[in-house]
Amino acid sequence: MLKIENLHASIEDKSILKGLSLEVKAGEVHAIMGPNGAGKSTLANIIAGKEEYEVTAGNIELDGEDIGELAPEERAHNGIFLSFQYPVEIPGVSVTNFIKTAINETRKAKGLEDMPAKDMLKMIREKSELLEIDRKFLSRSLNEGFSGGEKKRNEIFQMAMLAPKLAILDETDSGLDIDALRIVANGVNKLKSKDNAVIVITHYQRLLDYIVPDFVHVLHDGKIVKSGDASLALELEAKGYDWIKQELV
Amino acid sequence: MELKDKLVSSYVAFENRVETDSEVHEIRSKALQNFEALGFPTKKLEAWKYTSLNAVLKQDYSLFPNKENNIQLADVKKYFIHDIDAYKLVFIDGKYSSFLSETTHDTFDVCLMSSALVKPKYKAVIENYFDKIATKDNLTSLNTAFASEGAYIHIPKNVEVEKPIQIINFTTGSEAATLLQPRNLIVVEQNAHVQIIERNQSLTSNPVLTNSVTEVFAAKDATVDIYKIQNDDENASLVDNSYIEQKSKSIVSVHTFSFGGNITRNNLNFFQRGEHIDSILKGITIIEGKQHVDHHTLVHHIAPNCESHQDYKGIFDERATGVFNGKVIVEKEAQKTNAYQKNNNILVSDKATINAKPQLEIFADDVKCSHGCTIGQLDEDALFYMQQRGIPKKEGKALLMYAFANTVLESVKIPEVKQRITKLIAKKLGVDIGFDL
Repeated sequence: MLKIENLHASIEDKSILKGLSLEVKAGEVHAIMGPNGAGKSTLANIIAGKEEYEVTAGNIELDGEDIGELAPEERAHNGIFLSFQYPVEIPGVSVTNFIKTAINETRKAKGLEDMPAKDMLKMIREKSELLEIDRKFLSRSLNEGFSGGEKKRNEIFQMAMLAPKLAILDETDSGLDIDALRIVANGVNKLKSKDNAVIVITHYQRLLDYIVPDFVHVLHDGKIVKSGDASLALELEAKGYDWIKQELV
Repeated sequence: MELKDKLVSSYVAFENRVETDSEVHEIRSKALQNFEALGFPTKKLEAWKYTSLNAVLKQDYSLFPNKENNIQLADVKKYFIHDIDAYKLVFIDGKYSSFLSETTHDTFDVCLMSSALVKPKYKAVIENYFDKIATKDNLTSLNTAFASEGAYIHIPKNVEVEKPIQIINFTTGSEAATLLQPRNLIVVEQNAHVQIIERNQSLTSNPVLTNSVTEVFAAKDATVDIYKIQNDDENASLVDNSYIEQKSKSIVSVHTFSFGGNITRNNLNFFQRGEHIDSILKGITIIEGKQHVDHHTLVHHIAPNCESHQDYKGIFDERATGVFNGKVIVEKEAQKTNAYQKNNNILVSDKATINAKPQLEIFADDVKCSHGCTIGQLDEDALFYMQQRGIPKKEGKALLMYAFANTVLESVKIPEVKQRITKLIAKKLGVDIGFDL
């Protein structure tokens, strides 16, 4: 599904990714771990198409097609979803109307009519129940004054609504208490299928107790330096990242 | 000939067309002298520092278009809020169009200034209210000097007018350039209630200058809501001089939607003359190209326990320029005043300009006065966030701008007006989204 080869990227002439390769197949869950500053969020933003980053070498393919030149919204229309580490507050736009606009713009891009209001409401009800989101919450301005947990639940709610092919969860566990973590993980697990894939970016093993990865990759200094199965995450938790750094020397 | 000289020398011709043996005409003649002495405003005046009329005044305006110009309803229907039942006062090139209008004299008067100024029936109201609160400045004096036509609205005590009144001035472009000076008087007696929608619309690209004066009197417990839709041709300029006097416990709101025109200057003045008054001044400005919109507001608090709320939002693209000058005066006697002023602006292009100047003159010591003024750009992170969810950049920008302006729309009481403004905003921003936020 997603194939990244020898990706080099920089921001303001500072090189951040230095030859990263990764392949994610449908039905798989990949975890990307690594110390602060390793390039984890940069990778997520580059896959989503953030323009500030300059890709200097390598390529990113989705279902065999190079997406390097596509605008962020076109990547979204092709099924890429990024759950933001810091979701942006948008005063004056309610959660409901934001997601309605997002869904209908995606449908428009595919040549489809707007989703009938009745179907939209039904889906909103189902998905908000899945994420244990209160109705009143949906009429509030997007992310404005939301707690950390509410912001992350809202991200996964949007993911549920948009049903992406590839979901990238960037530090979705940060700022979550244990109950919120369970709700969010449960939501992600319910959305998983053999046709989609998830990349979980995290600093800690904690989230991976709930969303169990098929593969774990360690990102260090802009490259994947070690890959393994779920047990690698446990090992990292026990030994810390210094162990990897020492191994590299 | 300079426009000023042309106007002054045409006064004799004007006098041949109106009743001159009246108190009103004495007021007119004094106003002419006043204008003669003051002339047109120049940038040397503090109040006109950022708005120049020079280019606009160079046109050779036709002062009293003589031709009867008819227009078909089908051609202009779109300029009305046509999906509501409303009284209509329609003027074509300054002349009343009975064909397009719908007036009344049943329990209240929605009719013409030209008849109100001469018929004995209206004499008492004219004597009490005509030119009583309009300041004697240059452009208001000019309007007063030639005051002859416009809207006359008188709502007696306890009458709630059940449908809105639309006042529309069309210019047909039958003259190479047209100067219009509508003069409106709106008197709303005790506990009466009325809603008014105003629009000036040029139907061609021939230059138009409209210098309008509107006086509004809201008696005790009266409620008046005024909506001004300014979305004119780019060769049409407007100076809207509005003066509003409020008595105790009255509520008056003015919403000004400025989406187009050449130079648009709004002089909106509120005079509070009683206690527990609420004055609401709101505006949305969205312009581009070389358009210019200037909001000069004044709220004069003279008695205790009153409120005023100002909320002006501006979005300026390309080389558009904006001015916001909001003046609040709180007199010594006006204790417990709650005056609130907000002016937020987005500059979409780095060539756009806004000059914002809040002016608070507070002489009372127990008051709540706040003002906030911001100038910013669109939030790039918010745009990326929206794009990531599948909303294209253009639509994302429009959504952000609409959300930014939306606080002004929340207080619009006529749903059809709100819908129309929402559609105009979507059209301005070039997107096809409903914004039903």
